[in-house]
Amino acid sequence: MKLITAIIKPFKLDEVREALSTVGIQGMTVTEVKGFGRQKGHTELYRGAEYTVDFLPKLQLAMALPDDQVELAIETLCAAAHTGKIGDGKIFITRIEQAVRIRTGESGESAL
Amino acid sequence: MDKADLIWVSFSTLLVMLMVVPGLALFYGGLVRGKNVLSILLQVISTFTMAIAIWFLYGYSLAFTKSNAVIGGFSRLLFSDLTGLADQHWPMSGTIPELSFATFQATFAGITCALIVGGIAERARYKAVLAFTAIWLTLGYLPIAHMVWAPGGWLFERGALDFAGGTVVHINSGIAGLVGAYYIGKRIGYGRESMQPHNLPMSMIGASLLWIGWFGFNAGSALAANQTAVLAFVNTLLASAAGVIAWVIVEWQYKGKSSLLGAISGAIAGLVGITPAAGLVGINGAWIIGLASGTTCVWGVNGLKHWLGADDALDVFGIHGVGGITGALLTGVFNARALGGPGLKSMAEIPLQLWLQLEGVLVTVVWSALAAWLAFFLADKTCVMRVNAEVERDGLDIHLHGETGYHR
Repeated sequence: MKLITAIIKPFKLDEVREALSTVGIQGMTVTEVKGFGRQKGHTELYRGAEYTVDFLPKLQLAMALPDDQVELAIETLCAAAHTGKIGDGKIFITRIEQAVRIRTGESGESAL
Repeated sequence: MDKADLIWVSFSTLLVMLMVVPGLALFYGGLVRGKNVLSILLQVISTFTMAIAIWFLYGYSLAFTKSNAVIGGFSRLLFSDLTGLADQHWPMSGTIPELSFATFQATFAGITCALIVGGIAERARYKAVLAFTAIWLTLGYLPIAHMVWAPGGWLFERGALDFAGGTVVHINSGIAGLVGAYYIGKRIGYGRESMQPHNLPMSMIGASLLWIGWFGFNAGSALAANQTAVLAFVNTLLASAAGVIAWVIVEWQYKGKSSLLGAISGAIAGLVGITPAAGLVGINGAWIIGLASGTTCVWGVNGLKHWLGADDALDVFGIHGVGGITGALLTGVFNARALGGPGLKSMAEIPLQLWLQLEGVLVTVVWSALAAWLAFFLADKTCVMRVNAEVERDGLDIHLHGETGYHR
């Protein structure tokens, strides 16, 4: 089992969700985050006070998937979240040691 | 008694109250960080209501009764003898009951005190703010109100013009706010950390209420439903519009972008500028005063602010101080009939009037600064003016008031 963590541009959420749904991948948790890599921030001006804001709003998606779905998920996600401009985001894959479905108590891949 | 006058002054009193709660409260509220929003809302409400209480106890008496050139007397303590309940004969102030006048003026004292909290926002201890207000209202507001507005008052007798409170309210609070900013010191992280307004739409709502309420502040100061009130009314409209236009254009020129905060600040700057002039200048004068105040205040919150080096968090001096001075001086010019005003009969009288205006400005600046410094000093010694670093970092709302404005 793998945990896919993807950081994407906020406006791409619907596209990504739909694309993943089309290939049979349901379920994700979305968090609003802020961050930056190489994308430049912007300046805000309030009367005489100028602020350089480095952090940009992003969305963090978390999906727990069985190993055989990981490659498909990554391909689909990349295609949907891509714009070609700096700041498109990143995907991290980590191993899940165990997963449990709270309603039934199932564990392992059947919990995903 | 003239019923139309009474209705107008009564309604104007309500409009001025609207300027404070919710106007000023929301305007300031949106400008601070979310963790401090409740503290500023509460400080505005509390300073205003404390001022009302003091006004009732002795403020009105000391401001508006005859005694000497600097301060009044004690004949109207606790609003005594204003309601002649026994014989139903109420003392009059012109064509309205004196009680009506005293009530109207109470809101002026209130808003002046409430304005000051902007200079010390986000780091002042609640009790200390209350202590400061009580002391400053007594030492700073009452004498200046008396000197400028009460017959027998020094500046009044000299002939300084202040229709609705350019000196008494705006320069007064602006200076006090600036002194406070110096006294209490800069906010932790000022200049390095992000301190953006947390809710500009809230500030816009507040500024809009200030804008509307100001018609009561200015036109109500005619104390009658007459032509002066009409002049003050239209001058308020024109100057506020001019203020917005000026600020929007200046910002566009110098920063490349016009901003919402700039536009609402421009409206307020224009309104501050026209306050001493409202019933005393012609409508062309109002345009010019609005444009001038809108422009000088942009400088007041930018270049001048940096030069002054104080963390005047909500720009009390930058707008109310600078705008008040701009308006007070220009009142001396545009009061002239040759320039459309209702006053000075010849242009040759302008230099003297301008000098009298400058006298009024200087007296107010010096007196207000001294009174403010003393009041902050005393409040500090008794209550400790500034919160400690931990409280300041976490936010005043949770530590001082046990509340948070927003829950995730």
